[in-house]
Amino acid sequence: MTITEPEARIYEPVIGIEIHVQLRTRTKMFCGCALSFGEEPNTLVCPVCLGHPGTLPVTNAEAVHYGLMIAMAFGCEIAPRSIFHRKNYFYPDLPKGYQISQYDIPLGTGGRLGDVRIHRVHLEEDAAKLIHAGSSGRIHGASTSVVDFNRGGTPLVEIVTEPDLTSAAQAADFGRLLQATLRRMGVSDVNMEEGSLRMDANVSIRPAGTATLGTKTELKNMNSFRFLERGIDAEIARQEQIVREGGELEQETLHYDPQSGSLTSLRSKEEAHDYRYFPEPDLVPIAPTEEMLERARAALPELPAARAERLERDLELPAETARLLAFRSDWGDFVERAIESRNALAHSVANWATNELAARVGDGDPSATMLEPKAFADLVEMVVQKQISASAGREVLDVLIEAGGEPASVVEAKGLGRAESGELEQIVDRAIADNPDAVEKIRAGKGQAIGAIVGAVMRETKGRADGGEVQRMINERIGS
Amino acid sequence: MSDELLNLTAAQQADRIEAGEVSADEVFEFWRVRAGGDDLGSYLWVADEVPTDAGTLPPIAVKDLFCVEGVPSMAGSRILEGYRPPYTATSVRNLQAAGARVLGKTNQDEFAMGSSNENSGFGPVQNPWDRERVPGGSSGGSAAAVAAGTAPWAIGTDTGGSIRQPASLCGIVGMKPTYGAISRYGMIAFASSLDQCGPLTRDVTDAAILLRHLQGKDPCDSTSLGIPGELPLPTAERLDGLRFGVWGMEEPGLEPGVADSVRATLGRIEELGGGVKEIELPNARHGIAAYYVIAPAEASANLARYDGVRYANRSGHGDLTSMYEQTRHDGFGDEVKRRIMIGTYALSSGYYEAYYGTAQKVRTKIAEDFSAAFEEVDFVVSPTSATVAFKLGERTADPLAMYLSDYYTVPMPLAGIPAISIPCGLSDGLPVGFQIAGPAFSEAGILDAAHALEKAIGFEGVPVG
Amino acid sequence: MIDRDQVLHVAKLARLKVTDDEVDRMAEELSKILEHVETMNELDLEGVEPTSHVVDLTNVLREDVPRPGLSREQALDQAPDAAEGGFRVPSPGAS
Repeated sequence: MTITEPEARIYEPVIGIEIHVQLRTRTKMFCGCALSFGEEPNTLVCPVCLGHPGTLPVTNAEAVHYGLMIAMAFGCEIAPRSIFHRKNYFYPDLPKGYQISQYDIPLGTGGRLGDVRIHRVHLEEDAAKLIHAGSSGRIHGASTSVVDFNRGGTPLVEIVTEPDLTSAAQAADFGRLLQATLRRMGVSDVNMEEGSLRMDANVSIRPAGTATLGTKTELKNMNSFRFLERGIDAEIARQEQIVREGGELEQETLHYDPQSGSLTSLRSKEEAHDYRYFPEPDLVPIAPTEEMLERARAALPELPAARAERLERDLELPAETARLLAFRSDWGDFVERAIESRNALAHSVANWATNELAARVGDGDPSATMLEPKAFADLVEMVVQKQISASAGREVLDVLIEAGGEPASVVEAKGLGRAESGELEQIVDRAIADNPDAVEKIRAGKGQAIGAIVGAVMRETKGRADGGEVQRMINERIGS
Repeated sequence: MSDELLNLTAAQQADRIEAGEVSADEVFEFWRVRAGGDDLGSYLWVADEVPTDAGTLPPIAVKDLFCVEGVPSMAGSRILEGYRPPYTATSVRNLQAAGARVLGKTNQDEFAMGSSNENSGFGPVQNPWDRERVPGGSSGGSAAAVAAGTAPWAIGTDTGGSIRQPASLCGIVGMKPTYGAISRYGMIAFASSLDQCGPLTRDVTDAAILLRHLQGKDPCDSTSLGIPGELPLPTAERLDGLRFGVWGMEEPGLEPGVADSVRATLGRIEELGGGVKEIELPNARHGIAAYYVIAPAEASANLARYDGVRYANRSGHGDLTSMYEQTRHDGFGDEVKRRIMIGTYALSSGYYEAYYGTAQKVRTKIAEDFSAAFEEVDFVVSPTSATVAFKLGERTADPLAMYLSDYYTVPMPLAGIPAISIPCGLSDGLPVGFQIAGPAFSEAGILDAAHALEKAIGFEGVPVG
Repeated sequence: MIDRDQVLHVAKLARLKVTDDEVDRMAEELSKILEHVETMNELDLEGVEPTSHVVDLTNVLREDVPRPGLSREQALDQAPDAAEGGFRVPSPGAS
């Protein structure tokens, strides 16, 4: 039997993602402090989230509700009775010297999102923020940090996937789907730059086609999907190189620097924490009642994956367009409201939305403009039925976005309506008469020469004529 | 008036206040002066004037670990020296709302870890019955103050016996209610699944009054339930039809004098119409072992917040790790360090199942023992402590010997059930305590039985004044 | 049963400084206590459920309504070293 040398083997990546989502509740996980959005440091704190002696946690009902929604969105099995655990370690951003989290009996297990299986979903509290000291600089020659406890105690849901991802691109895509899904549910801002969505990747490689799992490393601190993808790719490359050279991989935590593309080790195995988990005695178990489950179920909107499927199937939209509209629920909502029951228009409306409207509105919410969904659909219908030209339609769209109103009124006010049939025929005849050379060329087989005549007609009609229609009329008259 | 107040129970003083014979402020001032004159080491802080808010009950001495806003609350530890909480414990607020104002903060074993009050960061407390002896712990200050007449009544906490044992050694009444009866919010934590607030008083009626005001479901404490139903003041004078199961009389460490006193009390029970029989609690003998895993384990996590970052003392000049290590080294006493070490070890990787996991199972077994016992009897009784008050310094060299002081009191918190200790006699001139335990939320029944027995025993406290 | 190295390891986990002479005494005391603790192993605990929660309660939840907390002054009032609106500490992993 031939044994393939490491250098010659093909390796496949095995990737799992660990996600932390900050919930959009009004208060923290275990105390009544309001959540912070950039307030002055240490202004949203209380004895509980500061870890004062004698204080006790009390669980936020809405955080549990959101947690259940998330677990159900993935089709997880909801634990009939899940408990909190203490995860013990020392760090200045951890006021109690332990984080209240969930360990072996989490809120939900075994689900799926897209192609990826979800291992578990659980609730926990966020740590505070450590800011590197500015003017306070150094004490006794050592550098200092300042702790801001505003963020400490913010409710988090941790989602862990199975190592089902097989490429960095797939991981980034999964991240986007997850973000769109959670955003649609309204449970979080899921903003990677702001830290309400945090994704860490566990990466390992193995010989292609095998089932063993290699040494895995943890990649942290990537704050965009692009960086996530690049970081994972870099790590896969790094691991492959080491293995091909016959080296050994260390289980470690790495930081990816997108600027330099380099990976640096944050922690090695020796410093691995012994968290000494034990059940949190200050809290009682969560045993979701029928009422709680029903409320979570009812609160789930149509999720992006399902919506994309439906748009593709029922409205016969192209897959990419369906995905775009499903991932941006504000756009999907706008388009579906515009189409309403006029399914025949669906394709065109979606097309105009993802092209013309998107070009004008950019990343914002179309319903935040003055444009009404019905007006949008009416406009598209006018173009489709050739009542106005496409370029006239664009002009009308600009007006509707800015000032609202009905397309028909705007068309009339601006005189953008189709030229009257008779009027147009006269203009075409005149143009043909004025351009005999072009006519010659067309008859000689040089079709492009028609452009000059079309151009003349368009100028005369101030763009109101439909280019295709004009061309047809010219060809008809010339007899080619 | 002064002699009078000294010889009245808190309930009697409250009656006088209500009748207008004396004002609550006069009563407060009287006790404030008494507390200020305490020379047993019972107090770490005494109010320096009568508070402005109105009172209707005699003032209350509270164990140092109860957070009282703006008042030094240090749980008897140097690591919290100077700490003044920005809030008040719910249990204390309940008493304040009932009209009992805070008289002072009593000395205790550091973080409630101890059975003699010799582990305080601020010096020991002397037993008013014999100044060379300990008052018991960890609520030693509260017990000594009530026994010596420097407080009309007090509250403490009981985790493994820390109210009942000092009550026993000081010849007063001390009760640990059912776990969850009283809110733990604001009680500087030792062992979360065991800690409970409770009264230390001159008699059973005073304990009942305090219990009434203290108990209740608190939105700030997820594990609180309150005591369901009525908690009437005890009136019983007989024990007809009640069945008492006595346990642990064969233990080798039980002092003969204590055993005699307890047996005499069993006789009184029968005289009052109660039935007495011996029962077994087969797993109770492992209570100490289970307790000295569970309590330190929870404590090791509860005390992790004392890191010098956000409040109180900080030591060490250097890096972060040095700051943590030095702060905690300097601030914690030996016993606290020992228990943090045991607790950390018991939870650490590879040892969890063997220690913590096992201890939690033993806990289940002990709870089952009590359940089985309560099918045959209404109350389980025993000595509260195997010995009378021992001498200061006698057990400090051997931590394990000190732990065994808790033998009779540890099983009840493990099972979460209530128990009271009432003085039942003297042995060599020192008080003996008789313990009555009942099923969860049987406080009313326990208080009634204790009331009847107390009357029959007719124990005389230490002459005060 | 618990040796010097274990004492030092546990002390590290607990962020407790132990001096040289303290280590040996600790090891001795802890060993004695653990010896007693291990008497629990005499029991047959097969099939016994551990007690992780003493009260028979579930779903004790708090309504998601903000409550007033502490002002910054109050929060920093007891701080051993307050600076720049926060709690100053030596930087982790720095020297």
